[in-house]
Amino acid sequence: MPRQLTIGFLPLVDACLPILAREQGFAEAEGLSLTLVKDVSWATVLDRLLYGHSDAAHLIAPLAIATTLGRGRPAVPLSAPFVLGLNGNAVTLHPDLADRVCPQVELGDPRRVGEALRAVAGERKAAGRPLRFGVVHRYSSHNYMLRYWLAGCGIRPDADVEIATVPPPFCADALEAGEVDGICVGEPWNSVAVERGAGRIVLATAQIWRRGVEKVLALREPVLEERRGEIEALIRALVATARHFVDPANWEANAAILARAEYLDGSAGLIRRAISDRLLLVRGSEPVHYPDFMFQYREAANFPWVSQAEWLYTQMVRWDGGGFSPGDAARAARVFRPDIYRSALLGTSEPLPGASSKVEGSLSGLTAVGTQQGKITLENNSFFDGRNFDPNDLEGYLAAQP
Amino acid sequence: MRIAIVDVSASRAAVIREGLAAIDDCEIFVVTERRGLVARIGEIAPDIVLIDLGNPSRDVLEEYFAVSRALARPIAMFVDESDDEAIAASIDAGVSSYVVDGLAPHRIRPILDLAVRRFNAFARLQADLAEARGKLAERETIDRAKRILMDSRGITEPQAYAELRKTAMDQGRRIAEIADAVVTAHKLMGGA
Repeated sequence: MPRQLTIGFLPLVDACLPILAREQGFAEAEGLSLTLVKDVSWATVLDRLLYGHSDAAHLIAPLAIATTLGRGRPAVPLSAPFVLGLNGNAVTLHPDLADRVCPQVELGDPRRVGEALRAVAGERKAAGRPLRFGVVHRYSSHNYMLRYWLAGCGIRPDADVEIATVPPPFCADALEAGEVDGICVGEPWNSVAVERGAGRIVLATAQIWRRGVEKVLALREPVLEERRGEIEALIRALVATARHFVDPANWEANAAILARAEYLDGSAGLIRRAISDRLLLVRGSEPVHYPDFMFQYREAANFPWVSQAEWLYTQMVRWDGGGFSPGDAARAARVFRPDIYRSALLGTSEPLPGASSKVEGSLSGLTAVGTQQGKITLENNSFFDGRNFDPNDLEGYLAAQP
Repeated sequence: MRIAIVDVSASRAAVIREGLAAIDDCEIFVVTERRGLVARIGEIAPDIVLIDLGNPSRDVLEEYFAVSRALARPIAMFVDESDDEAIAASIDAGVSSYVVDGLAPHRIRPILDLAVRRFNAFARLQADLAEARGKLAERETIDRAKRILMDSRGITEPQAYAELRKTAMDQGRRIAEIADAVVTAHKLMGGA
């Protein structure tokens, strides 16, 4: 009798691993039967998780931390034993704005685009019509990446530009209608805006932080403890799916599955583009190849580094206000559970890092790291501004932020 | 008390409004438009906001409420820890609620209970309707399959029905499924 797990998700390309774990038989191979529940807002994905409609959820990582810390609602401790992927988002601007700040049709240089954008932001603010950006949720990596980039370019979020929540399916509409001047969203929604001529992609978030944490598999902490065996089986199934997912031989078939009505209900062509790291920057052009636009498997990408959770917490302090709290920092760090990931994969052929935390952004080239098992060579993981994030000095890092 | 019902389904919103009208001293506002939602909620200045779980604007609304901490009447998600069951029931029914700061739970509960009952009633109504529609569609398909068999094999209507029924029994499937297969096959073979 397969053990049954229900997983909530939002119809985005990076919901790929749970969907394909079910469809490609990896869950079954681990003795699991997965039921997937699709919703249209993160609030509802979260409610279903908290009230037991789902056992686990595809969730934006900062929301798992915010829920644990009780931001916006009473605290409920969540755990993330598996990272569903890094990056995979882009910044898409209204075509007129894109022409001003990134004249060439290319993924621009983040500093240069930011500098040009600062000039426009100043003009628009002076004219009483500040630039306005849409992000998918206030507790999303999209929001934090966009803010990190803007602030690093001398544009103060909230003071110089407005940032508002726009649900992904309405991002293209909002650009088209002039409700926002730019969006930071995951695929396929940038491509939908491009296809409609409503926007041009100017940056991938991987240019802001080359290895930025994105979605996690989130569970209520007690559920993780009670169903530990099943969750570890799920982690093994998801890793096997990730390995399969990044193999070009499977892109076509996987895109077709993800496009189905019960999943993303979208265009297999657009999805295939995203999972093969191809981006059509503007309508009528040829897609460009941007390696590691999405990052689902290599370098133990699914390993929940505690330092990733801590970086997200520093951004929450930065943008929520309320100041740094050592207790909150510890609770936030505790959301990411490398111990569970290790326990699930110990003795398999999957590499496991030796450490559970690392200085983020410090690598500019190939670096072999110590492991518990297997070999791991990390690549460039830098932030666009060259800063490092040392998890041993959160307050120092916060104090040095622009 | 001012209650805002945010629902993309105008008919469900109407059903809920009708239910809540029975409560004294309640003014009810229905918002079905996605555009301008936040501005509209601002104008209404509700004490309670009810929104369906399937509404894509929930994250937008929650952000507005979070920012509204700075406003005179902060609104937060209604999570009564003393009565988690009621909240769970509302999530089960598909409705989430947000209340203005300081509103007593005993004033919220009857409204939430009513909304939950109305949501459930609406869901049942929809299920009944879908079932009735499905039955009607099945009957039409069976009629068409019978007609195809009668025309192609020169048999009578009772014989055609008996054929469908026998095949269904042999294969352990429903007559409607067999009829559907006949109609599909007929279409594939170039039939109208």
